[in-house]
Amino acid sequence: MKKAFKRFLERCTEGLLLLSGGTTSLAILLIVLFLFREGASFFKSPNIESGYVLAVHPENPVNHLSPEQIKRIFDSEIVRWDEVGGPAMDIELFRFSDMVQYVPEERLGADFEHVPAVVDSIVMAHPGMIAFYPEQFVAPEQQLKVFPEATIRPEDYFLGHDWQPTAHPAPQFGVIPLVLGTLWVSLFAVIFSLPFGVAVAVYLAEIASERIRKVFKPLIELLAGIPSVVYGFFGLVVIVPLIQKGFNLPVGETGLAGSIVLAIMALPTIITVAEDSMRTIPRSMKEASLALGATHWQTVYRVIIPCSISGITAAIVLGIGRAIGETMAVLMVTGNAAIIPHSLLEPVRTIPATIAAELGEAPKGGTHYEALFLLGCILFVITLVVSITVEIISSKQKSNLT
Amino acid sequence: MSKLAAKDIHFYYGDFEALKGITMEMTAHTVTAFIGPSGCGKSTFLRLFNRMNDLVDGSRMTGLLSMDGEDIYARNIQVDELRKKVGMVFQRPNPFPKSIFENVAYGLRVNGVKDSGFIASRVEASLRAAALWDEVKDKLRQSAFSLSGGQQQRLCIARALAIEPSVVLMDEPASALDPISTAKIEELIFELKKDYTIVIVTHNMQQAARVSDKTAFFYLGELIEYDDTKKIFLNPRVEATQNYITGRFG
Amino acid sequence: MSPETKTGHVGRSKRRNQAIAFGIFRVLGFVVIAILFVIIGFIVIKGAGAISWEFLTGMPSEGGASGGIFPAIVGTLCLVAGSVLISFPIGVLSGIYINEYAHNNWVVRFIRIMNNNLSSIPSVVFGLFGMSLFVNTLEWGDSIIAGSFTLALLALPLVIRTTEEALKSIDDSFRQGSLALGATKLQTIRRVILPMAYPNIITGLILSIGRVSGETAPILFTVAASFLSHLPGSIFEPVMALPYHLYVISTSGTDIEASRTMAYGTALVLVAIVLVANLVANALRNFFGNKVKMN
Repeated sequence: MKKAFKRFLERCTEGLLLLSGGTTSLAILLIVLFLFREGASFFKSPNIESGYVLAVHPENPVNHLSPEQIKRIFDSEIVRWDEVGGPAMDIELFRFSDMVQYVPEERLGADFEHVPAVVDSIVMAHPGMIAFYPEQFVAPEQQLKVFPEATIRPEDYFLGHDWQPTAHPAPQFGVIPLVLGTLWVSLFAVIFSLPFGVAVAVYLAEIASERIRKVFKPLIELLAGIPSVVYGFFGLVVIVPLIQKGFNLPVGETGLAGSIVLAIMALPTIITVAEDSMRTIPRSMKEASLALGATHWQTVYRVIIPCSISGITAAIVLGIGRAIGETMAVLMVTGNAAIIPHSLLEPVRTIPATIAAELGEAPKGGTHYEALFLLGCILFVITLVVSITVEIISSKQKSNLT
Repeated sequence: MSKLAAKDIHFYYGDFEALKGITMEMTAHTVTAFIGPSGCGKSTFLRLFNRMNDLVDGSRMTGLLSMDGEDIYARNIQVDELRKKVGMVFQRPNPFPKSIFENVAYGLRVNGVKDSGFIASRVEASLRAAALWDEVKDKLRQSAFSLSGGQQQRLCIARALAIEPSVVLMDEPASALDPISTAKIEELIFELKKDYTIVIVTHNMQQAARVSDKTAFFYLGELIEYDDTKKIFLNPRVEATQNYITGRFG
Repeated sequence: MSPETKTGHVGRSKRRNQAIAFGIFRVLGFVVIAILFVIIGFIVIKGAGAISWEFLTGMPSEGGASGGIFPAIVGTLCLVAGSVLISFPIGVLSGIYINEYAHNNWVVRFIRIMNNNLSSIPSVVFGLFGMSLFVNTLEWGDSIIAGSFTLALLALPLVIRTTEEALKSIDDSFRQGSLALGATKLQTIRRVILPMAYPNIITGLILSIGRVSGETAPILFTVAASFLSHLPGSIFEPVMALPYHLYVISTSGTDIEASRTMAYGTALVLVAIVLVANLVANALRNFFGNKVKMN
């Protein structure tokens, strides 16, 4: 009896352990589920500010405009209908707030009950007009042509060049500047830290005495443990002013500042991974080279570095992965202008920084909110690709050296 | 004059005395075999001749070790120059992850040879000397890892020969190989003796008897007996040698 | 022509190359360490002036430009405690499962890959997820409990990995010895393996505390309040937290210059937490490492 109970207990524990083992998988599953659920509904959102409609003269053949076109029309960058596939006519803008320029306020009625008719008459009188007004004033008797409700298309999002989530009348959700900003800053971070990282890895793995190694390794681990917000703060009060003075810029918050801070943060990862892979090279390989009269340095650059090249590659990829996902430090030093970067001395904005900066202001469940979740999905996919790449590269090194 | 000479060599790993006063001489164009049970110091002693033990932290040597009458631990000796004259073949085949050609050319390249015609001719000569040329001449650009274990070991021998050393040290070169590859290596050693002075460490008594001219028996860090191979195997002076050879211990 | 003919010259130049190359590497090595010292030294020197009893135990005023950071310290402690309470049991159990129960089959590989993936997800994505699940779907609102769960997810892979490594370093002979005496697997783990492994597990735990206390992005939308002049009354209330506080007072506010001193002080407290966690972990490792001779 007692024995059976004991066995039952063992079984229960084993089940509990298995359950715990599954937690990480469950967590990833939930992350995917929630992230993509919120993100996916983004493409069901209207492509203009919700609650509003666009309308044109019924003879105008244009039926659909992309968010970018809408924005450029209302910014007066597009002034002719033929630029968007319509007739050769000038575009006239009509915003709801322009109403009073056309009619006196009392004609709208006490409860604005005459607004639909007024809008209709204004648009009908101007063949080249495009009207932007609240949905509630759409009425069946209107003759003007209200654009059918259109959603944001994936290409507007993934190929859009403009990120202005609060723009009127059509918020712009083009991720290209954010994606480029992220890659730009991360790439330069790795370019800055790679020579240092590999050199320090070579130094620790091959040159430094055991005693120096024992001091350096924990210090480098410490470098990895400092919170990113502290790096960001350091960058803000030290690196940003230096850049501003050094390059004589109006502001020091630039892509360069972000790259430098990220480079410092990526160093420990690159050093540790590269050093580990150098130390796994069989001793016999090194001895063979030395026995042939090669100097230690020749051995390092002709045998050790080529042999650990996949480890070093893994370190680079991992470093890029970390840099891409880094939020706070970048948010604090890059200036966060959502423009496509042309030089390192301009402000840039990365994906994580955008999420961190804007989520607090985005109304829950709104288009902007969903767009930010979609950014999270992009980040998630990028890091997944990075981590799979690293896995493949490092398993390749293992099989290479046997 | 003897090619290699050791005089009262003591060697320490930290506090542990691995070699306890070894004195012996080796003549040119002979094969000398070091035998003895594991941990007797024979490999340690071998690795002193190309100063491979310099890499071991906390090790220390006293005594005089000379090649062609020159102290190889003297201050003005450059280790990489010495290692060019003293080639080494290791226990396990350890080719670099490079092509067959580049493996053999490696020693020339690190020693500053740039003339590609000369390199090609040395690579061919070395591969021929290592009896590998016919097997690999059509695939010199393939990875060295595509060769079998025995071929890899002969490649390592070719690699050592390419820089024309005068001494070749072999640390149990056939211990990781099958009998057929072992026979090939032994045959090769016999051939190489004409041009090189060879010192070989081996676990395998029959191998020592087959390939060597002289044999040295090491035990617990001491050189117990050193004589012509025939004499050691047929009529050893010391009882411990007799016991080891007949397999009573070790 | 033999290679011998050129050796004198070549030998000298290749040794010169070595001296130059190794010299450069040595300098770079020390530069990296110097960077570390500059960062830490800068924070310590600038921050030391701000640290005082009032700073550590006082309430903030003027939007953080003066006063103390007591609520932020308390908030960070709450979050660390909460996330450790959640992640530690799950992480240790899951580490035990991977190392002791699951055999080297696809289950282990799958769990390990998932673990790696989880640890590579950027912290801001955890923040998004925490907001979506804990704050909105479960309707916990911005609260300590939502923040703790989010941070726990972040710490989980770290705890699992340390546990796994700690268990792996114990020689199989101990397991076999215990099993051979008729102990069940569970008894073996509880009475033999865990007591030997726990110093290393504790070390990992302390390091993960250091990590969790500095994370900002995951708590941005799940718990952190930028300014509170009272302490939280329950786990369903928002709190201030040190890293978020540092972010807020160094980037926003009406008088950034005036709040710099506060920012330096806060940064120093954060760095000190990480330093202490590292030191304690190292000390523990050495202390137990000498006491329990494993493998």
